[in-house]
Amino acid sequence: MSTQHFLVLIPQASSLAPRIDALFWVMIGLCSLVAAGVFVAIVFYCVRYRRGSSASREGWQQQSLGLELTWTLVPFALFIGVFVWSLFLFVDARTPPPGAQTLYVVAKQWMWTIQHPGGQREINTLHVPVNTPIRLSMTSQDAIHSFYVPAFRVKQDVLPGRYTQLWFTATSLGRFPLFCAEYCGLDHARMGGAVVVMRADDYSRWLTGAAEQGTLAQQGAALFRGRGCDGCHGDNAVVHAPSLQGLYGHSVALAGGGSAIADDRYLRDSMLLPHTQRVAGFAPIMPSFAGQLSEEDLIALIAYIKSLGATPAVDDDERH
Amino acid sequence: MNAIDSSALDGSFLARGHSLRAWLTTLDHKRIAILYAAGITFFFFLGGAAATLIRLNLVTPDGALMSAESYNKTFTFHGVIMVWFFLIPSIPTTLGNFLLPLMIGARDVAFPRLNLTSWYLYIGGGLFTIAALLAGGVDTGWTFYTPFSTMFSNSNVFLVVAGVFITGFSSILTGVNFIVTTHALRTAGMTWFRLPLFVWAIYATSLVMVLATPVLAMTLALIALERGLGVGIFDPALGGDPLLFQHLFWFYSHPAVYIMILPAMGVVSEIIACFVRRRVFGYRFMTYSMLAIAVIGFLVWGHHMFVAGMSTYASLVFSMLSFVVAVPSAIKVFNWTTTLRKGQISFEAPMLYALGFVGLFLLGGLTGLILAAPALDVPLTDTYFVVAHFHYVMVGGSVMAYLGGIHYWWPKITGRLYSEAWARFAAILMFFGFNLTFFPQYILGYEGMPRRYHSYLPQFQALNVLSSAGASILALGYILPVVYLLWSLWRGDLAGNNPWHARGLEWQTSSPPPSENFLRPPQVREAYAYDQPEP
Amino acid sequence: MSACSAIEQQYDDAVQQREAATLGMWVFLATEILFFGVLFASYTICRVLHPTGFAIASRHTDMLLGTIETAVLLISSSLIALAVRAIKLDQRRVASLLMTGTAALGVAFLVMHGFEYLREYREHLIPGLDFMQSGPYAPSVELFFCLYYFITGFHSLHVLIGVSVILVLAARVARGSFGAQRYTTLELTALYWHLVDIVWIFVYPLIYLIGRSG
Ligand code: HEA
Ligand code: HEA
Ligand code: HEC
Ligand code: CUA
Ligand SMILES: [Cu+2]
Repeated sequence: MSTQHFLVLIPQASSLAPRIDALFWVMIGLCSLVAAGVFVAIVFYCVRYRRGSSASREGWQQQSLGLELTWTLVPFALFIGVFVWSLFLFVDARTPPPGAQTLYVVAKQWMWTIQHPGGQREINTLHVPVNTPIRLSMTSQDAIHSFYVPAFRVKQDVLPGRYTQLWFTATSLGRFPLFCAEYCGLDHARMGGAVVVMRADDYSRWLTGAAEQGTLAQQGAALFRGRGCDGCHGDNAVVHAPSLQGLYGHSVALAGGGSAIADDRYLRDSMLLPHTQRVAGFAPIMPSFAGQLSEEDLIALIAYIKSLGATPAVDDDERH
Repeated sequence: MNAIDSSALDGSFLARGHSLRAWLTTLDHKRIAILYAAGITFFFFLGGAAATLIRLNLVTPDGALMSAESYNKTFTFHGVIMVWFFLIPSIPTTLGNFLLPLMIGARDVAFPRLNLTSWYLYIGGGLFTIAALLAGGVDTGWTFYTPFSTMFSNSNVFLVVAGVFITGFSSILTGVNFIVTTHALRTAGMTWFRLPLFVWAIYATSLVMVLATPVLAMTLALIALERGLGVGIFDPALGGDPLLFQHLFWFYSHPAVYIMILPAMGVVSEIIACFVRRRVFGYRFMTYSMLAIAVIGFLVWGHHMFVAGMSTYASLVFSMLSFVVAVPSAIKVFNWTTTLRKGQISFEAPMLYALGFVGLFLLGGLTGLILAAPALDVPLTDTYFVVAHFHYVMVGGSVMAYLGGIHYWWPKITGRLYSEAWARFAAILMFFGFNLTFFPQYILGYEGMPRRYHSYLPQFQALNVLSSAGASILALGYILPVVYLLWSLWRGDLAGNNPWHARGLEWQTSSPPPSENFLRPPQVREAYAYDQPEP
Repeated sequence: MSACSAIEQQYDDAVQQREAATLGMWVFLATEILFFGVLFASYTICRVLHPTGFAIASRHTDMLLGTIETAVLLISSSLIALAVRAIKLDQRRVASLLMTGTAALGVAFLVMHGFEYLREYREHLIPGLDFMQSGPYAPSVELFFCLYYFITGFHSLHVLIGVSVILVLAARVARGSFGAQRYTTLELTALYWHLVDIVWIFVYPLIYLIGRSG
């Protein structure tokens, strides 16, 4: 689907790219039109009405309401048209299609770690199947970074302490540069890599080759035991702690009133900042695991908790 | 001829006390303007030296000249100096200080002591920033994004933050002073709608300075607090909100870009009226549009945060408002253009700068609109497209206008004429050098080169080399005026009161003006009365 | 900005000078509101992020002293308003006394605040200096106290400046530098003092009361 148009200076390798480029070039066209109009007028007047020229100065005006209104409202209306177009495109670009496959991205100074649901991990390279909607759920371990693949025309800041998302459907096979676009310190410029788009069968072969210690959820289960979570949350625990069975996606009543939906962000905060949201009816004994669980561990644990009774996934990232 | 002539300058403000002490304790707004001009020129070349290093480093893809660390410190220093120590104070504190009282027929600004205090604050802030440089620099980018600036950077964040904080107070005090001066000190007959557009511009700018700068000051203070004590106001690891910082920062910094452009618009309006010998077309619309920019400018800050993790709806609202804020700018561009119609246009150096301004601001503003459409900002943000956008408006726009203003009022300020031929040559050189430097950056940005990159992929090299070549031409363009303007002080012809046959009140007094500005009360008429004979 | 003394050369007459000074003060007060506005906004957002922690921390503050401080500032504000009235009626002695009273109340405010700080110091609540709290909410409590010291400290700085200016002016009033014809400086100082007072009216519920509700 990659059209090699003469205006295209970089490959259009995602389903969004041609749509964004279309808007871009229309916008450039409109701006050029306005600019050309003004430049031509300036040059024309400068020549014609240079001091000493014989052109007639009759009919000179000081102001004109009609003119002012025309030249503000007409371009404004045009640009508002563009705004509306951009609005729809933007909403699309922010809404992953249902059924998109979720991969997890952890950014840290100065590398990208990617986890596939099957447990495969990679660094600075992201393998994806072609023509499949992919959704990235991203978080950072330190400063703010930004996941940027120019060929896909997608970019999203990656923040510490919360999950942001981005989606794309790659349409061309190949290797496309990946950049960190938000300044994040010393090696910001080197915090890059590539997205490798593969045919579906190549991709599954790659997945098998890269398979590691079980799926994400299995890794999470191991952590759940290893870090002693099951001492409190396990079935046989004596401590009075809530069961995590079927928790994900449900509403939780909080101590001090109010409630929260148990999404990724909520689970994460439960582990790192348990004091900010206590479950009603439990003593505040859950320790904070801040500094003890890496972002990768958190993702695995969340995947495990999700697997304990899946309910329809809530969208965890649209909350900002 | 100059030995005899200089006696004609004896009664001027320049002749009142030549000692350093006399200068450093002066309360005369004209002398304070010159003090500022000295500081601002110094900081411009300091920032320019940093720009030179940036461009040299980017000639090769691997950034051979500097280490990544020094590069990061260099662009941070470049941004901080250029924004807070050059461009924001540039036109208001030099031309504004010098001309505001003259243009409204006053003897000084409302609070001369406060005016001098502002200068000392400005210099004090500058010293802190230079101290930071000497102590090893700072590497946060001029935007100080948290949590990088508070938790991860191990450079001299405190010193720079203190420098900017202090300079902020200089801005605030200057703003207060100008607002009050414009309200209270207009001479008899100088009604609001007789004011030159430059005064309107300074007035609108002052409003923004006064209402936006406190937010910056407190935000920086919170950074210092978080960095010093390790508490989580902005740091999410401690439960803070990193977007809060960005909201606060841009709440100041977007209005701040209008602090940079409004005075430039004022200068250009004066120059165009003078060299077209016409009243600016649609004078009233020009005044309203300036106020509109100042007010609406406070509502669009979120367009810097489209990919930062803000909600979709907030993005759309900010986008809409950004399109709205372009309307008053559009009014101005079209009115300048129409002013040319049926005029008597001549092309002295200031006019060349002014025309350059209109063209470059237009291109910069229109690309701002592209960025204001969120769907397009997603791929373009934090790339060289943005770098090109803001250099077009700030360097192509504001700096061009500043230089135009300096040339236009140079005879008034110094009493001397510079070499017209050299001045025209410099203006043209700058125009071409500028476009060669920054136009390739639009393409680089579209192709995906991120900003703040010490090294880059080889495919971006050609355009980067082009840009660096342009920068060297641009540098030459900036060095020229320093030479011929200084030369004119020594060898320039005497200017006379009104070399351009302009109409503002400032031209009714001698050049340079006497300390009390007017020996007899100036004659107030409508602004830009080019259809009437010179008074 | 010492208006009201002789007319400075840039002004035509006393009326113009007075107008300029008054406008200048109003614009300055507008900036002050923004200074505090940022702090209040940040405080509010942090409170939303740490509801329980802030409630706990807020209970560490001294409501009794806080309430007395509020009353003291309110009274001082009325005193200075009366002082301005007195000077307009040319009652210099009364004005001078009222202003001294205002300053005294300001000092009382500062002293009470000092006691609050002292107590918090003993309870190890001062971040950066001596903060030792444990328990799950300690980080939130620390954040609260950081903002608490920043806001109240910044406010106290304003009180301190106000007190000094008012004392100097009280002396000058007593010496007869002001009168029914010349009172702009006084009026503007009173304006400033009212602002300091109004800011406190926001600080008080935000910091002392909110955590105690519910
Ligand atoms: C002098 C400074 C200045 C000025 C005047 C402007 C003016 C504008 N800017 Fe710019 N901008 C900056 C300085 C400035 N900017 C800086 C420094 C940054 C980057 C900061 C950083 O990240 O480091 C930035 C970044 C920036 C961004 C964020 C980019 C990103 O990081 O992703 C956006 C997005 O919307 C934007 C938009 C605009 C708009 C819409 C205007 C408008 O005001 C422009 C209005 C003018 C026109 C449109 C031209 C004239 C109009 C016509 C001839 C008529 C036709 C149009 C209509 C009727 C609609 N700017
Ligand atoms: C008023 C504002 C202003 C001005 C005037 C300029 C002027 C220039 N800027 Fe700057 N620029 C910014 C504001 C400004 N800039 C900001 C805010 C940033 C963002 C920073 C950040 O990301 O944090 C930026 C970033 C920025 C970058 C991007 C860096 C990056 O993202 O990695 C680049 C790259 O080309 C650049 C180039 C230039 C050039 C070539 C000039 C030229 O116009 C300058 C020309 C002037 C001279 C060249 C001076 C001539 C004097 C000499 C040559 C004497 C030299 C003496 C010695 C060497 C001893 N600027
Ligand atoms: C010392 C006992 C203890 C340990 C160890 C412990 N927890 Fe908890 N946890 C609790 C208690 C008690 C609660 C309920 C009170 C609260 O919300 O803090 C809780 C709440 C939670 C919640 C929110 C549950 C809900 O219903 O909303 C999650 C998720 C959670 N814990 C996950 C974990 C994970 C993952 C680990 C291990 C890394 C862990 N916990 C270790 C005691 C513990
Ligand atoms: Cu990570 Cu820039
Ligand atoms: Cu902006």
